Amino acid sequence: MRWFWIDRFTELQSGQYAKAIKNVTLAEEHLHDHFPGFPVMPGSLMLEGMAQTGGILLGEKNNFEHIVILAKVPNVIYHGFVVPGDTLTYTAKLMNDSPEGGSVEVTAHVGERLVAEAEIIFSHIDQSGDFKHLDQKNFVFSIGGLLSVMEVGKAGA
Amino acid sequence: MTSDEIFTKVRNTLVDALGVDDDEVTLESRLEADLGAESIDFLDIVFRLEKNFSIKIPRGELFPEDLASADAGLVKDGLVTAEGLATLRTKVPHIDIDTFAKDPKVENIKDMFTVQMLVKFVQRKVA
Repeated sequence: MRWFWIDRFTELQSGQYAKAIKNVTLAEEHLHDHFPGFPVMPGSLMLEGMAQTGGILLGEKNNFEHIVILAKVPNVIYHGFVVPGDTLTYTAKLMNDSPEGGSVEVTAHVGERLVAEAEIIFSHIDQSGDFKHLDQKNFVFSIGGLLSVMEVGKAGA
Repeated sequence: MTSDEIFTKVRNTLVDALGVDDDEVTLESRLEADLGAESIDFLDIVFRLEKNFSIKIPRGELFPEDLASADAGLVKDGLVTAEGLATLRTKVPHIDIDTFAKDPKVENIKDMFTVQMLVKFVQRKVA
């Protein structure tokens, strides 16, 4: 299993906002345990999808020169269930961008229905004291990684 | 903006960033020891202060950058040197360096990160 919780970017305005979608399907095994007879997309994985959308938005702004990690979620609110057959649309707005990190506000919709919203802070871990020795580029975005979903309008390769 | 108004806004900023109650936030509160701030919270606080006061806070201007790893002769045997103290006085004048200088262990600098320090910083920025 690959840790991809978005399927495709549908819009990207560099440094401003990004939209990505996630199709929820009963083929995902965890839905059979969460919950038996009542499959619901776990809120934690929606948060991961929101963080991937926002993290790529921030990473792209800096040409993927930093290692972007999710550092803090000051706020997250869930408004409703997401079930197999639903298409989640994550919309991330870049609110802050600095050498040390950045922050985004992200919403999750199914159609017109708002199902979750979050504020997420990322750290550029290569810029923080203990990790300054890292010289690799962001591994998450390397070829074949999550970056492939960024080809707007194309499925992940 | 009066210092009371600044304090109120700083307090609201900390309530949002750290999830503390507003009566926990006094001028003397230390961000780490009293209010439970962790490293990433400092970035969150910077972002929120920028937004709430419409100011720009460049890196290292509010919280000094890691002195110890700077290799610039500012720290010796875990203590901030006289030169280091002088540098701090210039670079981060909102921090109470006189108190810090009494026991200038590097790790003690964090006890100087107080609500009062944030208020002083903002006062200088919006002046």
